[in-house]
Amino acid sequence: MAELIKIFEYEVIANDFNIAGTASSAIKRNLKQLGISPVIVRRVSIISYEAEINIIIHSNGGNIYLEIYDDKLTLRAYDNGPGIKNLELAMTEGFSTASNAARELGFGAGMGLPNMKKNSDAFKISSTEEGTKIDIDINIE
Amino acid sequence: MKLKQIIESLQVEMMTESADLEAEITGVYIGDLLSLVMAKAKQGDLWITIQTHLNVIAVVDLLDLGAVLVAEGVDIEEETLAKANSLNIPILRSRLSAYDLAKKLSQLGL
Repeated sequence: MAELIKIFEYEVIANDFNIAGTASSAIKRNLKQLGISPVIVRRVSIISYEAEINIIIHSNGGNIYLEIYDDKLTLRAYDNGPGIKNLELAMTEGFSTASNAARELGFGAGMGLPNMKKNSDAFKISSTEEGTKIDIDINIE
Repeated sequence: MKLKQIIESLQVEMMTESADLEAEITGVYIGDLLSLVMAKAKQGDLWITIQTHLNVIAVVDLLDLGAVLVAEGVDIEEETLAKANSLNIPILRSRLSAYDLAKKLSQLGL
């Protein structure tokens, strides 16, 4: 059984493009301080950035949790709805429901969830109108 | 290649104040879709883009990119420059297109 060492929690506010990346930067700093290898830090950075952007662009706000275990990192991105209508489409590279405003800023490439999955060792997603839950493991051993 | 060599050879504008001109630039990535840049750009890369809003800095910071080179002489938002200065991230700017900049960087050996 993996031993939980530490939990970090970060709040992500809906629609605030300007501070997008704040949670991910904090996550990256915390991981570096814990001595996690640069390769793992990069993977977690990509995952947390995409999770953060998704919450900002698509949801009513939410939280990202980072759990540090002795043999893995678990990142949980939980938002407060409105949910993803078609999960299969959402997981398809290039598919996006981002607004034109978001696209003009370079978001909405339709790469978010695929990028997250690609950098995960385990990836779980579920979505209802109450919210979307993504649970990701990254092995560190 | 050192950042200052690129600045001199390409005659680009230095838009930020606190950058380390001796920093090593090890590659180049061109792109305007942030998720693609997140997935593909590598540590130490010079990132050529026409995106200039604050989130560009988040991407550079997360990936430890070497510098941003804004193409086509696009205006850069004040908040972006302020944030870049606070994190010592160099932002350069040129009137040239990404393609023309890439050709010059290739000639320099990058």
